[in-house]
Amino acid sequence: MNVAGLARRTLMVLGLPVILLAAWWIASAGSTSPFWPPLSKIVATFPDVWTWDRIVEDVFPSLARLGIGFAIAVVVGVSLGTAIGLMPRLRALSEPVLEFFRAIPPPVMVPIIAIFAGYTGWLGKIITIALGCLWPILLNTVEGVRGLEPVLGDTAKSYHLSPWRRFVFVVLPGASPRIFAGARQALSIGVILMVISELFGANAGIGAAIVQFQRSFAIPQMWTGIIVLGLIGVLLAALFKAVENRMLAWYLGQRQIERGE
Amino acid sequence: MSFTTPLVARLTEQSPADAPRDEAVALDLRGVQKTYDTPGRPQVEAIRHLDFSIRKGELVCVVGPSGAGKTTLLRSIAGLLELTAGEVVLDGKAVTGPPLGMAVVFQEYGRSLFPWMTVRQNIELPLKEKGLDKAARREKVNRALEEVGLTEAADQHPWQLSGGMQQRVAIARAIAFEPSVLLMDEPFAAVDAQTRAELEDLVRSLWKHLGVTVLFVTHDIDEAVYLGERVIVLSNRPTVLMEDVIVDLPTERDQLTTRSHPHFGELRGHVYSLIQRAKRGDRPDAPLPGA
Amino acid sequence: MTSSPATLAPPARRGPTARTRRSPRRHDVWLGIAGVAIVLGVAETLSRTGIVNPAFLPPVTEMYAKLFELLGEGDFWHALGLTVRGWAIGLAAAMVLGIVLGFVIGSVPFLRAFTSSTIEFLRPIPSVALIPLVVLLFGTKPQSAFLLVVYAAVWQVLVQVLYGVADVDPVARDTARSYRFGPLRIARSVIYPTALPYIMTGFRLAAAVALILEITAELVIGVPGLGREIGVAQSSAAYAETYALVIVVGLIGVAVNLLARLVERKALWWHPSVRSEHS
Repeated sequence: MNVAGLARRTLMVLGLPVILLAAWWIASAGSTSPFWPPLSKIVATFPDVWTWDRIVEDVFPSLARLGIGFAIAVVVGVSLGTAIGLMPRLRALSEPVLEFFRAIPPPVMVPIIAIFAGYTGWLGKIITIALGCLWPILLNTVEGVRGLEPVLGDTAKSYHLSPWRRFVFVVLPGASPRIFAGARQALSIGVILMVISELFGANAGIGAAIVQFQRSFAIPQMWTGIIVLGLIGVLLAALFKAVENRMLAWYLGQRQIERGE
Repeated sequence: MSFTTPLVARLTEQSPADAPRDEAVALDLRGVQKTYDTPGRPQVEAIRHLDFSIRKGELVCVVGPSGAGKTTLLRSIAGLLELTAGEVVLDGKAVTGPPLGMAVVFQEYGRSLFPWMTVRQNIELPLKEKGLDKAARREKVNRALEEVGLTEAADQHPWQLSGGMQQRVAIARAIAFEPSVLLMDEPFAAVDAQTRAELEDLVRSLWKHLGVTVLFVTHDIDEAVYLGERVIVLSNRPTVLMEDVIVDLPTERDQLTTRSHPHFGELRGHVYSLIQRAKRGDRPDAPLPGA
Repeated sequence: MTSSPATLAPPARRGPTARTRRSPRRHDVWLGIAGVAIVLGVAETLSRTGIVNPAFLPPVTEMYAKLFELLGEGDFWHALGLTVRGWAIGLAAAMVLGIVLGFVIGSVPFLRAFTSSTIEFLRPIPSVALIPLVVLLFGTKPQSAFLLVVYAAVWQVLVQVLYGVADVDPVARDTARSYRFGPLRIARSVIYPTALPYIMTGFRLAAAVALILEITAELVIGVPGLGREIGVAQSSAAYAETYALVIVVGLIGVAVNLLARLVERKALWWHPSVRSEHS
């Protein structure tokens, strides 16, 4: 029975992906359309394109820029967001401005940043990513800090916790579910910006590589690039989820109990 | 409208506010007044005038009709609210912010514990602030856990425990802090009757063998009479003192015999009638117009 | 007020203390206006005094002068119309697709289990990965933007609808069944009301994402619209116009957010719960 259960689970998880891949394989098998090469051909091209050298040259720099930009956004967003969340006056002062900047679709900042920082090096790209990731983190931190249980604040006060301890042990963990929600949005925006930032100005990187393939009509290669980008998105999401599960174990556990009752 | 002269007369006769203010006094309220004055909102006079004091090692309960400003009073004493006039004096020093010698157990047990910390970490955090070293902290945490009977739950998270156990954690955190006054704000309002009885006995026994001064705010008349050495009855808003009732029951109390004691019934009846009058707007200072 | 003999009802909430925490609204509005004024003033000063090169950051007054100039041009309004149209069509398609798929998958437990791994896998694939493909297929035609918008927005809706359908109270569903409600009636009177707040959250998230992708497609691929105008203005060094257009796009973004919140509130005025979003 246990074996049957496991088999059923495996079937449920892998069933549809296998069917879809098989359908793609079969449907594209005899394809002569230049845009839809046979999946077999894409797979065969894969190892030729994504060699270790190319991964080092194109994939790692892209991911490094994403990592740096995202990290800057987290640090700035959380500290600024905490300050705004704790000070109602400051929040009232900054709210409309923040609403405006949040509403600007991040890619339009690319031309503006290009005016200042140019767009051939790393700097402009990192600023683009950091700026795009900043708003969801910042605004969610503000909400998280503001939504902190007032009784916890009173408890911290009546036990004389110092501002630093209050920040580290009370405010930050209390706001962390919202901070994570913001960071998750920021990560998907960051991946988008990682790609887009490479489409401006001649540069290396995975986004640039894919567009290069497309422009030179290397279609199977382009498809492998799309697949690699997809894999990166999936891996980053999985990594994020793992970190979240660890850091928010208390929150997830608490919610599960609340829902179970 | 009714006349309240007899009550006022009794008040002045009995009031321990007249007692000499000496070193035996742990907590002293002098002319406490609180009016909420938020721009753009009507003024709310929550507390008109309160004078009373609590001697060291006393267990005093505060009851009043709902909306009597019990929570306002407690938060003022805890230094979480600024007074409009008067002062709260703890161990001879006026309270301006949350004082060091005070620990508060809030009504919302589930929300006053840090859900991201284990039971042990919750109790330990205030001790870190006190600058105790690791060994001393560990020892105090263990002792506090033992006092409330939660040694096994030390490494669990609060939300994994029942409501009664969570409130025990909050109590353990408070006693580990070793305050000279323990404030409890309707701590058992949200637990079931059986758990409540157990927790009441826990408070009595902790009070007796730790010698801590306890101010216990409650809306439950039975609880107030059962626990307290004195019961301070508040009027409706704006709050003044209705009466300071001395509970002259034996110190050894238990749920069965104390509650069936005839004098318990009398005291309970007396406090109940005070509350009923307070609800009708009957007050020792002046009846509210139109009440 | 009635109460049991010896027990008075506890106060349901901390009245006055909770109230004092919130400062009155009118005050906040003025502070907000002051905040905007400060930002505009600082930007103007930085540029006028030359602390920041005015060629890169023209004075705010110049940006707005340019903006008013644009308001008088037909081309501007044409581009604006194209952007808004592309956004609206893409969003509408994503809503329909997401809601239909969500209801079908969500109400059939087998489908739900069978598709969950695929959805979890496809969702994080960045929509921009499709840019080269849509360029090959449609070039700079609006269809390019449409595909990107739909792909990006549909996940927001689908996932929320799935949450919503899963949130249906089993007792309510069983009750409906025991009264022999047909599947359509169950969908209409039990599932739909439960899922509605989630659908609205999905709408709000999708509306913002759809705008991002519409503008991105215009800017990156060259699909006609405000995004392309921004790209053109920047590469021809018409910086004041670049800023003016970015401000317009930002204001559209604000309008989209306000609209989405308004729709949410209108649709949920009856709903007792105030939901926080878990996207």
